Amino acid sequence: MSDQQTITIDGREVPFTEGQTIMDAALAAEVYVPHLCHNPEFVPHGSCRLCVVKVNGRFQSACTAPAAAGQVIDNSSDEIMDMRRTLLQMLFVEGNHVCPACEKSGRCQLQALAYYTGMLSPHFTHFFPLRRIDASHPDVVLDFNRCILCELCVRASRDVDKKNVFGITGRGINAKLIVNAASGKLGDTGFSVEDKAFHVCPVGAILPKHKGFEVPIGERLYDQQPISVVGDVAAHDEENAHA
Amino acid sequence: MTSAKTELEGFVAEVVDRYGRDRRNLLQVLRTVQDQQGCVCDDAVQTVGQAIGVPAMNVRSVVEFYSFLHGTPRGQYDVLFSDNIVDRMLGKEGLMARLCERLGVEPGVPRADGRVTVDNTSCTGMPDQGPAILVNGLALTHLTPSRVDTIADLIERGVPLQKWPGIYCEVEDNVRRRDLLLGTPFIDGSGIRAVLAQGPDAVLDEMMTSGLRGLGGAGFKTAQKWALSRAAAGHEHFVVCNADEGEPGTFKDRVLLQGHANLLFEGMTVCARVIGARRGFLYLRGEYRYMLELLEHTLAQRRRAGLLGKGILGTEGFDFDIEIHLGAGAYICGEESALLESLAGKRGVPRKRPPFPVTHGHDNEPTVVNNVETFSAAAKIAANGGAWWAAKGTATSPGTKLLSVSGDCARPGVYEYPFGITIQEILDDCGASDTAAVQVAGPAGQLVPKRDFGRKIAYEDVATGGSFMIFNHTRDLLAVVRNFAAFFAHESCGFCTPCRVGTSLMRDLVEKVATGNGTQYDLEEMKHLGKIMKQASHCGLGLTAPNPVLGSLDKFPEIWTEKLKSKDFEPAFDLDGALSEARALTGRDDVHAHIA
Repeated sequence: MSDQQTITIDGREVPFTEGQTIMDAALAAEVYVPHLCHNPEFVPHGSCRLCVVKVNGRFQSACTAPAAAGQVIDNSSDEIMDMRRTLLQMLFVEGNHVCPACEKSGRCQLQALAYYTGMLSPHFTHFFPLRRIDASHPDVVLDFNRCILCELCVRASRDVDKKNVFGITGRGINAKLIVNAASGKLGDTGFSVEDKAFHVCPVGAILPKHKGFEVPIGERLYDQQPISVVGDVAAHDEENAHA
Repeated sequence: MTSAKTELEGFVAEVVDRYGRDRRNLLQVLRTVQDQQGCVCDDAVQTVGQAIGVPAMNVRSVVEFYSFLHGTPRGQYDVLFSDNIVDRMLGKEGLMARLCERLGVEPGVPRADGRVTVDNTSCTGMPDQGPAILVNGLALTHLTPSRVDTIADLIERGVPLQKWPGIYCEVEDNVRRRDLLLGTPFIDGSGIRAVLAQGPDAVLDEMMTSGLRGLGGAGFKTAQKWALSRAAAGHEHFVVCNADEGEPGTFKDRVLLQGHANLLFEGMTVCARVIGARRGFLYLRGEYRYMLELLEHTLAQRRRAGLLGKGILGTEGFDFDIEIHLGAGAYICGEESALLESLAGKRGVPRKRPPFPVTHGHDNEPTVVNNVETFSAAAKIAANGGAWWAAKGTATSPGTKLLSVSGDCARPGVYEYPFGITIQEILDDCGASDTAAVQVAGPAGQLVPKRDFGRKIAYEDVATGGSFMIFNHTRDLLAVVRNFAAFFAHESCGFCTPCRVGTSLMRDLVEKVATGNGTQYDLEEMKHLGKIMKQASHCGLGLTAPNPVLGSLDKFPEIWTEKLKSKDFEPAFDLDGALSEARALTGRDDVHAHIA
């Protein structure tokens, strides 16, 4: 197999190498495929479904589907964008996402994708789940209201930090993030702001304490440029988290 | 440390030891702990986690995934009513209300004295002899008002389940039509002898000739699956039987397991010889717990007869044995990769595919996963040859199929037919008259209207894993759709967005319309939501969950439109209902405290 093999995404030829997924190839070629649970540093997960594309007429998640020569991929038709907008609306009504009051506003991938797909309202009936905030940790606040179950913190804590701080429990609409402590409190785990898991949340579920709104809303990452241009918030961790 | 805690630790250590200190047995350990303790309490979660080497959080997440495991105590008697639509048609709701009233309990809430809990569960696989319940995990059938009264009395008096009238726990086979699988003789060991005499290649050829396809419903060619697994490199190969017969309305595997387990185990052993496996697993749905001893007994008999274990039938190096793993109430575990996760003691979340189980299955090693019926057919094909099977059925659906017939008919039960049988012929045989519709293949399948009763049961026409539920003209088909929509919302594993959120949104939209609060707009909403779920879901559950809604909107639009309010739009919430709390607080209930 040579390196010259290509797939076609929205009419553009994109090279790939054996073993790459469609997402890998797209990221390498700087073709934006919307995603929330994917982060190239981790094993693909395939749960948020935002990256679903139409591959030779079949719907597949770009982050898990192997790239294969000759694939013709639809990543931006009205049909695909409508699907993504609807998935985002599902995530918005499932949790309690109040952008104007959220410290992550402007560098939240959920919000940025809502703008990118032209989502004007949450559309569905809100579930308004009762979820408590966990402020037991000295440096970190855990706001379950904003968790979208992408499991990036679960993977980072398990695979990189080797701490197993986070997990998912429950089933169906009752699935939720938990932490590994008998008390159920983050403060009773070995979690630290040095952990990789602290730096991967695409939304505002895991936030630092003792600072807020240091960069004014309007001047933040996705306030400047759309997510399709600047990509994941985690890739801008330095300039954002400490700004 | 308290003595109770020391006692718990001792017990848990003993159970974990019994299961080889193997984290893959976590689900089995938790079942055992709950059987003895009544639940898996916080202390037990911590203790099991430490003993088996899994973070306590992950133990908890397993407990909270499976419907039959509980973190807090249930009643000493845990009564679960099968909530399948057919059980409902047989009077389940009235009987459940009666039992709750007799015992003075609310559904789902343990009685204050801890004596009893009464709750719902998904189809227990007994709609041919319902209404059915599970009491402490054991199946009871043919519930009647007088039985309910007796059961209430037995519970109040604290009579142990073993001393309840035996007839309550009788599960009939109800086989009404036999063909190749159920109606022809089979000598135990003849399939294994055939593969030993002819060799694996020849048996694979016969399997290919037979054209046997996965009888769980998916229809993948069995010979091809076995050949792929056989060719795959690995440290070890595995044979896994999917006995997680969870599709509501299906119970044909129950009959095979209960009356023909030798055939199934023989099929697994033939497969083991073909692919070179030394270990096999039977993943038995938790609802079929009542069969466990019988199946263990059959396995022991086969070991004694030299049909299982070391050196099968005196053949040097042909070692194969089968372990039974019990599920714990999760429909999703019927999906083969979720089943493999559950078999490894984890939450039953479907894996990403590729890779497929034939190359990366149990323990990430090459694995064949087949349904009970498929392995049973394979045993007979090994003994009788491929042409024997292919002589019946259609060109693309060779052989026969077991159907689980229930609902409005005179003779519910298991019917074995050659593929290609029409729906009308089945209705005639089972004594169904005045039929309005048949739900084929369960909630994930399709609701077939009368005008289509000439269609055939076959992969190329109406495909099915075996569920066949009949509704006559007196039935409210919207009640069927409501039951199915609630079922999918309850059974979604919660992994992917469209299924996790979509099934609950769909359930709520169906309720809105069914309760007379919907408009044409809501019907369009359901179509759109269903389309998105079908496009984006991770596995078959989410992909098929909208079927009852989309199918009935297409084939039976009148059941929806007759419920509509005339207006274009109705809010999703009840304005007047939203004021009820304020009325209660202010003690008002006058006309001005209401919104009309």
